[in-house]
Amino acid sequence: MRPRGPVWLAAPAVLVLLLVLAYPLAIVVWRSFTDPAVGFDNYVWFFQSAVNRTVLQRTFVVAAWVTLVSLICAYPYAYAMTIVGKNVRLVLILCVLVPFWLSGVVRTLAWVILLQDSGVINSILRGLGLSPVKLIRTLPGVIIGMTQVLLPFMILPIYSVMRGIDTRLLQAARSLGAKPWRAFLQIYVPLSLPGVYAGVIIVFILSLGFYITPALLGGPRSTMLSSLVQNQVLSLLNWGRGGAMGVVLLVATFVLLAIAAPLMRQKHSSTRREA
Amino acid sequence: MHAPQRSAGAAIEIRKASKHYGIFTALKDIDLHIRPGEFMTLLGPSGSGKTTTLNLIAGFTDISSGTLDIGGKSVTGLPSHKRNIGVVFQHYALFPHMTVGKNVAYPLALRGIKGEDREKRAKRALDMVKMADFAHRYPNELSGGQQQRVALARALVFDPPLLLMDEPLGALDKKLREWLQLEIKRIHRELGTTFVYVTHDQEEALVLSDRIAVFNGGRIEQIGTGRELYDHPATLFVGRFIGESTVLRGAAELSGNDTVMTIGDQKVLAHGRLAGDARPVILLRPERVALKRPGADAVSGENRLSGTIVEAIYLGSASKYEVKLKDGTVAVVRSPLGATDFAIGDVADVAFTPADLILLPDDASADVTLT
Ligand SMILES: Nc1ncnc2c1ncn2[C@@H]1O[C@H](COP(=O)(O)OP(=O)(O)OP(=O)(O)O)[C@@H](O)[C@H]1O
Ligand SMILES: [Mg+2]
Repeated sequence: MRPRGPVWLAAPAVLVLLLVLAYPLAIVVWRSFTDPAVGFDNYVWFFQSAVNRTVLQRTFVVAAWVTLVSLICAYPYAYAMTIVGKNVRLVLILCVLVPFWLSGVVRTLAWVILLQDSGVINSILRGLGLSPVKLIRTLPGVIIGMTQVLLPFMILPIYSVMRGIDTRLLQAARSLGAKPWRAFLQIYVPLSLPGVYAGVIIVFILSLGFYITPALLGGPRSTMLSSLVQNQVLSLLNWGRGGAMGVVLLVATFVLLAIAAPLMRQKHSSTRREA
Repeated sequence: MHAPQRSAGAAIEIRKASKHYGIFTALKDIDLHIRPGEFMTLLGPSGSGKTTTLNLIAGFTDISSGTLDIGGKSVTGLPSHKRNIGVVFQHYALFPHMTVGKNVAYPLALRGIKGEDREKRAKRALDMVKMADFAHRYPNELSGGQQQRVALARALVFDPPLLLMDEPLGALDKKLREWLQLEIKRIHRELGTTFVYVTHDQEEALVLSDRIAVFNGGRIEQIGTGRELYDHPATLFVGRFIGESTVLRGAAELSGNDTVMTIGDQKVLAHGRLAGDARPVILLRPERVALKRPGADAVSGENRLSGTIVEAIYLGSASKYEVKLKDGTVAVVRSPLGATDFAIGDVADVAFTPADLILLPDDASADVTLT
């Protein structure tokens, strides 16, 4: 147990969180049960609509795909960041961070240009004599775009854990008779899991609430829950139904996290090298 | 007996081995022959190439030139996981995500040993280092000494013919270190495995080793038993690195087959002469010289240098004095119980026969490297 400082030091942070997070959240929850009438009407409406149920399910499926594809791209990338020289590492880090400095809208519009039927990707495919594929306004298009936007949130936590892994453990494993790939799978990968878990949770949760990218890259068949919420609240001014959708998403997320948490618990606390 | 099976140790033959990092030479033409079952210690100051040598044997780095045979076979190009050598690191290198039991069973699992056999052998190895009660703990729940004992069990559980240890006790306090030294010695005796041990602590080297190889600046200065190195150092560096010593320097001339050195205004006679034209120095061991009242207790043929006592330390089993000679050199003298007592400020003679001194070629690097 690390020693704890005085509790009141956390007071400003707690206050800010209460104001900017808990208060609006409370309002949303409150209105979902009271607007326009007191009761479960908004929730009944939500689950009775086949469209809503489909969109809710799709939202989770897309989030899962985005998380998976991000992980597959991020893990080798983060690993590469730990083994290359200083200069190459700087370039790799910049490649991760630069997208942060561009707004999500700009990046998503760039993907529109890349993915559209007459876009760069299809031009290349045609140039190679292959038949063009429909990407824009499809689920794969949405997943590609969201993955690109969210990738840094997967790379950075994995990289920060990998950087702390003592690679001398791999040398030790080899001296004990482990082939290099076996040492990697049995020693390195398990030690990198805390970063993987962090990245997976962050990307998955961010994906669930993603709005701009699915709205711009997707079509009617790839609508996500955030678009429905936006439609209810901003177009139809129906705060109760919009709030209910938000609460459903929130509860579903918590349930998933509660299921996942025990699987991710680490029995050892320190993977960092000493001294 | 609980120990893993007694295995025949492997011999190591290193011939003319060098290791370069870019333009830097970490090892220069090393020759090292280690006998099967021997306890060989690589001793030397920081940066002298001990770890590099160990890494070459373990296969963690490639040899730049020269040959390396283990158990009579060349291992050039053989990756470390195929060498079947146990390695214990100063930083323990236990896998933090595995329990002690899993750590020790890991090399067995890699060798396809399963089930009860694996359990039994892992338990035996843990018994050997007296850590069997800790099998379910994680490494971060153990003290440094306990972790290192587990690391030792893990490095020996697969009965390797050769065990390499790189300053395994370097991070532990003195008491624990001394106890573990004896444990390591016992295990070595029980197993018959060849041990190669790296340390920069000369006392540790003397306690543990059958033979010691003294490294300096990427070269081996001398290989021998502790007694050989102490009584007959081949170089000034070895003489100063092993045990305590006083170095006398002065103008030297030859007198027949003997060497006469002038120190201050007194002369010291040493039997023999150095080959070549190196400048001679005289090395004195503190217990091979006696402290006498000026002019008293003369023994024929002995050398005498007069000085003043500047430090007197009572050690229980002996007394230790520091004597400032006329030329400014401070000589260290260890007097046995019952010898004449001296106090700080007393004038005294440091007395020794030609047989008690060691004549060596001077070597400026011996002073520089020893800081
Ligand atoms: N990978 C490397 N690249 C460049 N130089 C190296 C490398 N490894 C070791 N050296 C150099 O080689 C020399 C010998 O290093 P080595 O690690 O063998 O010393 P050592 O005797 O084990 O010292 P210590 O007691 O400090 O561990 C040192 O000067 C070191 O700086
Ligand atoms: Mg070293």
